[in-house]
Amino acid sequence: MTNFTPVSAAIGGGLIGLSAVLLMLLNGRIAGITGVFAGLIDPISNDRTWRATFIAGLILAPLSATLIGYNIPIPKMPASWVTIAVAGLLVGFGTRLSNGCTSGHGICGIARFSPRSIIATGVFMSAAIVVVAVTRHVIGG
Amino acid sequence: MRSIASLLCGFVFGWGLFISGMIRPEKVLGFLDILAIPSGDWDPSLAVVMAAALIVTGAGYALARRRVPVFEPDNQWPTQTLIDRPLIAGAGLFGIGWGLVGLCPGPALENLASLSPGIAVFVVAMAAGTLAHDFWYARRVGPEAASLAQAATDG
Repeated sequence: MTNFTPVSAAIGGGLIGLSAVLLMLLNGRIAGITGVFAGLIDPISNDRTWRATFIAGLILAPLSATLIGYNIPIPKMPASWVTIAVAGLLVGFGTRLSNGCTSGHGICGIARFSPRSIIATGVFMSAAIVVVAVTRHVIGG
Repeated sequence: MRSIASLLCGFVFGWGLFISGMIRPEKVLGFLDILAIPSGDWDPSLAVVMAAALIVTGAGYALARRRVPVFEPDNQWPTQTLIDRPLIAGAGLFGIGWGLVGLCPGPALENLASLSPGIAVFVVAMAAGTLAHDFWYARRVGPEAASLAQAATDG
C-alpha cells in the first residue's frame, strides 16, 4: 500500500468534519456541496450569498496553501472531453436526484445515522467501484 | 455574518480536501480501484478521511442538536426519510460519473483554483446536469413543491 497516507487523511478528514460541525453550529446548515451548489445556480433560489462565500472559501483554500509553499495540484483528467462532460452531467444530475453527494450523504448524512444517506453512500460507492474496475481492468490497463 | 461564517467553513472544508489529497481525482480513483488490493497498489486513504470526518461530525452534531445556531433562528436538519427510487437511481448515476473521472462536487469546485480546462468542462457539465434535473423536477411537480423540496435537501 505504497500510496496510503493515513496521517494526512486523518487530519484532512478531521478538518472536513470540523467544517460540517461549524456550519451547523453557526448557520444551522448541512455542509453538503450538492445542495450548496444547486442553491447557488438554481434560478428559483433566493438564498445565494452564504452559498457563494462557502464555495469561494473552498477555492481559496488551495490558493492560500501556495502562500506557505504548497503547489496547487494539477488534477489528472481523462484525455477524452466527452468522458469528462458525460461524467460531469452524471454527477450533476445524479447528486441532485438523490439529494446529496459524498459530503451531504457520505459524511453529514451518515453522521446523523440517516438510513437514506447510508443507502445512498453504499450505492454510489458501489457504482463507482464497478466503473473503475471496468475502465481500468476490463477496457484498458 | 453568516456569509463570513460560511466562507470560513468552505475554507476549512477546502483545506481538509487539500491536506487529505482528496482534491486529486487520481487519489480518489486509487481508493475506488479495489482490484488493486492483491497487487498492493490500493490506496485506502479515502476510508480514513471518511472515518475521521464521521467521528468529528457525529460528535459535533450531537452538540449542535441541543442548541440553536449562532447566526440563524433554527437548525435546518434534513427531513426526508423515505428510501425511494430517485435516491437509488440518483446515487447510481452519481457513482458512475464519480468512477469515470474521480471527481465529486466538492473537489470539482475546489479544483477550479487550478484553472485546468478539464475541470472547467467538468464543472460546466455538472452545473448543466444540476439545472437539467431541477427544470425537469419543477415541470413534474410545479415550482412551489420544487422550492420546498430544495429546502429539505439532504446535502
